[in-house]
Amino acid sequence: MKTVLLTVAMAAALVACGEQPQDLGAGKRDATPQSGTGKAFVDAGWKQGDPASWQAHLKARAQRGQNDYSRMN
Amino acid sequence: MPWGVNRRRVVTLNDGVPGEKSISVACMHCSDAPCMAVCPVNCFYKTDEGVVLHDKDVCIGCGYCSYACPFGAPQFPSQGTFGVRGKMDKCTFCAGGPEANGSQAEFEKYGRNRLAEGKLPVCAEMCSTKALIAGDGDVVADIFRNRVLRRGKGAEVWGWGTAYGSKQAGQPGTTPPEGSKS
Repeated sequence: MKTVLLTVAMAAALVACGEQPQDLGAGKRDATPQSGTGKAFVDAGWKQGDPASWQAHLKARAQRGQNDYSRMN
Repeated sequence: MPWGVNRRRVVTLNDGVPGEKSISVACMHCSDAPCMAVCPVNCFYKTDEGVVLHDKDVCIGCGYCSYACPFGAPQFPSQGTFGVRGKMDKCTFCAGGPEANGSQAEFEKYGRNRLAEGKLPVCAEMCSTKALIAGDGDVVADIFRNRVLRRGKGAEVWGWGTAYGSKQAGQPGTTPPEGSKS
């Protein structure tokens, strides 16, 4: 009886030494930029949460603000 | 922005010599980013838009990424006692971090998330000479190609074939042999 109790106690003690998983976590999930910030300070006319509108606005912004030849001619 | 961090640096070649050239260097947001490969805590991630970002809550400041990066993009604050290295900071393409878009926590750790505001990175939008251009690869390539052609240059420019291919320069198209690099 004593041996059985000792074995059970040792087994219970060993459980406490169980190794914790050390896998690399997936980390936090980042929201897509198309989802917007929910605030008013965004590109004028852009409908937040609409991916097609986001792409169109970025493309227009790239041309309007960065392509001098399309702006001047 | 922590003291000691330069998200974008201007490197001058042949400084002081007539014809000197300056290049503005920041994170290149590599397709196969070496910083992501060497990070021991896996704090980097790549967005669907191809922007390489990182999580400062996971970063342990080991500095492996700065040794792996060929462009010196990862930067570390240098204000700690005894020169201790803090959390890594780098160019985010103005896309913030994993915190909620536009939140105060995101702003304090990574700066403004302009992509989520429907805008382009501030360095490119504010560049007075338009040396810096941001956007989708095809848009950027179109702007550069148009600029070079309008200024009377073309296929004779160094790197033109690699960037645009000879056909787009108004030259007769040539198909490179299989497996060769242009």
